[in-house]
Amino acid sequence: MQEDTVLTMRGICKSFPGVRALANVDFTLRRGTIHALMGENGAGKSTLIKVLTGVYPMDEGEIRIDGIDGTINIRSPQEAQNYGISTVYQEITLCPNLTVAENMFIGRTQKKSVDWKTMEKRAGELLENLGIPARPKQQLGSCSLAVQQMVAIARAVDTDCKVLILDEPTSSLDDNEVSMLFGLMRELKTRGVGIIFVTHFLEQVYEVSDYITVLRNGELVGEFTVKDLPQVQLVATMIGRDLDSLSSMKKGKASALPTDSSVYEAEGLSSTESRPFDFHIAKGEVNGFTGLLGSGRSESVRAIFGADPVTGGKVKMNGKNVKISKPLDAMKHGIGYLPEDRKRDGIIADLSVRENIILALQVIKGMTHPFSRAKAEAIADEYIRTLAIKTASSDTPIKSLSGGNQQKVILARWLLTHPQYLILDEPTRGIDVGTKTEIQKLVLQLAEEGMSITFISSEIEEMLRTCSRLIVMRDRNIVGELKDEELTQERVMHTIAGGGE
Amino acid sequence: MNKQQREGALRRREPISDTQLLLTITICIFIGMYVMAMLIWGGGFKKPQMLFDILNDNAYLVIISCGLTIVMITGSIDISVGGVTAFVAMVGVMILNGKLSLFNGIIETLSLPESWRIVFAMLMSLLIGLAFGAVQGFLIAHLEIQPFIITLAGMFFARGMITIVSVDPQKAPQDLMDILQTRISIPWLGSVNKKGVLIPARMEIGVVIAVVVVVIIFILLYKRRLGRCFYAVGGNRQSALMLGVNVRKTRFLAHLLCGILSGIAGFVFMMHTGAGNATNATAAEMNAIASSIIGGTLLTGGVGNVIGTFFGVLTLSTIKSIVTTSGLRDPWWQSITTGAMLCFFILLQSVVLMRKNRGKNKKRKEDGKKDEA
Amino acid sequence: MKKTKTSQFFSNNSQLLIPLIAILLLIVFNLIRDPEFFSVGITTNNRGDAVLQGNLVSILNGASELVILSMGMTLVTAASGGQDISVGALAAIAGSVFVKVLKGGPAITGTSVFLAFLACCVVAMIFGCFNGSLVAFFNIQPMIATLILFTCGRSIAYWINGGATPTITSPIISAIGSFIPGIPVPTPILIVIVMGILFALLFRFTSLGLYIQSVGINQGAARLNGINAVGIKLLSFILLGACCAVAGMIGVSRLGLINHETILINIEMDAILAVAIGGNNLGGGKFKMLGSVLGAYAIQALTITLYAMKVPSTDVKAYKAVVIIILVALGSPVVKDTMSRFSKKIKSRSGTVGKEAA
Repeated sequence: MQEDTVLTMRGICKSFPGVRALANVDFTLRRGTIHALMGENGAGKSTLIKVLTGVYPMDEGEIRIDGIDGTINIRSPQEAQNYGISTVYQEITLCPNLTVAENMFIGRTQKKSVDWKTMEKRAGELLENLGIPARPKQQLGSCSLAVQQMVAIARAVDTDCKVLILDEPTSSLDDNEVSMLFGLMRELKTRGVGIIFVTHFLEQVYEVSDYITVLRNGELVGEFTVKDLPQVQLVATMIGRDLDSLSSMKKGKASALPTDSSVYEAEGLSSTESRPFDFHIAKGEVNGFTGLLGSGRSESVRAIFGADPVTGGKVKMNGKNVKISKPLDAMKHGIGYLPEDRKRDGIIADLSVRENIILALQVIKGMTHPFSRAKAEAIADEYIRTLAIKTASSDTPIKSLSGGNQQKVILARWLLTHPQYLILDEPTRGIDVGTKTEIQKLVLQLAEEGMSITFISSEIEEMLRTCSRLIVMRDRNIVGELKDEELTQERVMHTIAGGGE
Repeated sequence: MNKQQREGALRRREPISDTQLLLTITICIFIGMYVMAMLIWGGGFKKPQMLFDILNDNAYLVIISCGLTIVMITGSIDISVGGVTAFVAMVGVMILNGKLSLFNGIIETLSLPESWRIVFAMLMSLLIGLAFGAVQGFLIAHLEIQPFIITLAGMFFARGMITIVSVDPQKAPQDLMDILQTRISIPWLGSVNKKGVLIPARMEIGVVIAVVVVVIIFILLYKRRLGRCFYAVGGNRQSALMLGVNVRKTRFLAHLLCGILSGIAGFVFMMHTGAGNATNATAAEMNAIASSIIGGTLLTGGVGNVIGTFFGVLTLSTIKSIVTTSGLRDPWWQSITTGAMLCFFILLQSVVLMRKNRGKNKKRKEDGKKDEA
Repeated sequence: MKKTKTSQFFSNNSQLLIPLIAILLLIVFNLIRDPEFFSVGITTNNRGDAVLQGNLVSILNGASELVILSMGMTLVTAASGGQDISVGALAAIAGSVFVKVLKGGPAITGTSVFLAFLACCVVAMIFGCFNGSLVAFFNIQPMIATLILFTCGRSIAYWINGGATPTITSPIISAIGSFIPGIPVPTPILIVIVMGILFALLFRFTSLGLYIQSVGINQGAARLNGINAVGIKLLSFILLGACCAVAGMIGVSRLGLINHETILINIEMDAILAVAIGGNNLGGGKFKMLGSVLGAYAIQALTITLYAMKVPSTDVKAYKAVVIIILVALGSPVVKDTMSRFSKKIKSRSGTVGKEAA
């Protein structure tokens, strides 16, 4: 083992029934560096992390860690912790019913009794040190998600860790919190901690990382220093081909569309979660809501679909007054909604791909008019083919598909209802670059065929590529509307930040 | 978020936790109900002995409920507790009688001196409880089978075993019962009867055991690592695992403890009644679950407290006393009132928690607004 | 192609394996013990009708109420992810209403029995609705919500009949409880078949199954797809209420009297067991009603076997418990995992041995 390395993994192999998740992967982490682990979905990032943290046993390979002679065998998260490997996962893995202080200290000592005073004092000091706005005695469930994430990091930091794994830690944080987290990461770096950073946000990689390791299809593509690998090349390395298809994509001809033919029009629409706002969309238009996380962009489209209880406002569809107070109303009027959180709101995990595809249309048809098995199968097969959904059969439970393919199934579900207006909230989040491109292309194609689409994405570039009109939100209010030549990254950023007008 | 805001956030008063809130509600309602009973029906309710009678009759239920509270906090359930209690009581009585026969084997204890017979019965109680807890705990924690089904089978097994031990109801010998039913007199809580004679309040040993159990479990849950692990596992099992809690061991120990407590409860039950009978402690598991719920334990896990459970048992049994005192003599009123009361508590909890959560969401949003400003 | 279809069939229906194995084992066991065990004979009952008789008939007949309740329980379990522990009490209430209405009328005729059945259906569905609304509107765990009726249901049944245990005697009632003159098959079995057909039609001509599974797996997502999750949960409890009414009616008709304390006692536990043995997840979601039905018959077969082995009725529970634990343990994912790993090891070992030999 070299002087400055803190962790080496050599020849790691891991198979699941039918899938080779990791094939002979090497990984080296140096002391005091931030090492980004990149790859598409299904590339094997999370499997590698889980092997390292003892969640999965590896089939072959060896792991060495600084300070211990010989290879080590990690069999449980507890053991990983004992070796000095701490992890902060994307989903909060803390107990909401315990206090902040308990969450930071439980499972870490072998002492039989709990010394509340000392524990809370230490927790308080640590929270203050890291500038985390939480009180030790507070119930964790009463903190915001971002604060919960930070508590998880504080916990990981406080254990005497040599290796800190951050698995998509920024996906639920806003910019402010992300920069706070980065500050924290840099601080830890100077203390000599090796950090493995897994994320989908390319910009963030370039902001903090020193090294990048890229995985593809369970194999190691290579290790690079950040300097040697420009962003475009990184993407190319990740998906294994050039991004020609992406860059050549043409934006919808927004200005050419007639603006008077509003498919959907809302005036003073508000729900329990969103403030009153006005909105309209023309036939064949692609527009988007943009703004920071928590700016109210998702809440607004949820109000359009009736996903949250609607509290007021007038809605017109094709010029006629209609009442949309629950999802079924919206669906009957030809509105489709692909929700932001695929796992929580989108898929019905245990049901088959077929059942997931026909669900929405079935509900519109009504309970007493079920599809015949043959009909359902025909429909499912058709959409599996046209959207190129990778699945063993239409009978496969959707939960065993990869994220991108799950998203395509949900998309198929809504396309099947032939909506005149489709809302896509973060359809590309957490899915691989290849599928991202496919979905963007599909959006433009559908718009050309006359469907109106509202598109929301955290990646502004993606929105600029697809939308002809952007509605900018800040602090739960619409603060601007950009179209045509105003659609530049700089201008959008400016409006979001508050200097638009 | 700057420093000032952080300090602002820190200065805010600690909101009451779910556990505390539900506990407070239960205690208030119990006291309110008891005072009301004292004012309306006076008589018995004004004498402390009434409270002691309730305690004497329900000491075993308190112990069972404590065990169940632990299991419920870990997000599991145990419905074998009533059966185990009854089985243990039957075995205990048989031992005191001097002849425990099981299938074709017979354990003679007649030759043992009386005090040894009691000790032997005590040991057997613990052992049976331990065995039930260990087997069920293993099946639930290590084989990951639904606790409901396992403990349901456990209940069937225990109830079936009672009649295998003895089909006929058994009675413990009076001389031994005299020892076991020793009552502790508390003169200063006594009352004077019509003839002017002071009758001291009497409390059975079982009540002392029950109170000791409550205190021990309270300390376990609040001050010991194991206790906090129960809460963690109940709050979010996956997270607890990630936090380094040994989830399997924790769940196993919860069921083991519950089994042991049912064993103790069986012994206490026997001390109180001195009878072994197939219908002993019927529906005790459901009464225990009801008590835990009234005491603010959530079946979903992660929230609960034995003090609340203790008051839950008191509330439940006081309602029954009130119904009998109030002149609703038809046999069905007791359980109908109990059901209504249970319904009230369940709805109350649900509404309180819903409102609290809604308030929390609103507040969080306002905080967010302030931060932006 | 055909091969993959059959293997798919097995993978889709693998959950039926455990109850089938259980039934098969019981059959084999009984045949070894007593080759005559399953012989079905024809005897003449006291009314002079030729009727079927034998252990097989008494298994099918005796399981009727359990089968009907486990059908409803499957729906509730799938939709709400919890179990209704008040079905026994609810059946007692339904039975009491049935008797009360019949006693209130002048004479027991076909019409009055039908009206009584309708009345007890309505009452049971109202109580089911009560359970359901606690679960659906107030988000209370089903077991807790139904604990209320479990506690006081039988007392309500007692109260309905004013503290008496009235008897009803009529050829119509005995036709429901035992045999219709001229038909040798016990009526409860016929009622089960009718209920089975009704549910089959319900699933064939509505997409209720899809709705229930969606709600059970992911309520939020189901709602966003326009499914009224609250309504579906409520509906499942109401359907269970109807099942309770039918079971209660059979229970009353068998004995010709209503005893609130003993009628269908502990049947809620057996019904939940049936659902679990049938391979359905007690946490809700995907379900197979056939599994629960097989599970119910397995339980009844076990009971009858134990009786046939001269086990006293009071002791049956203990033996039943042991068998149930073994069955459920066999179905547990951990055990399955370990066994498949074990068999793989043996296979690979014999493989290497073979290589060495070569």
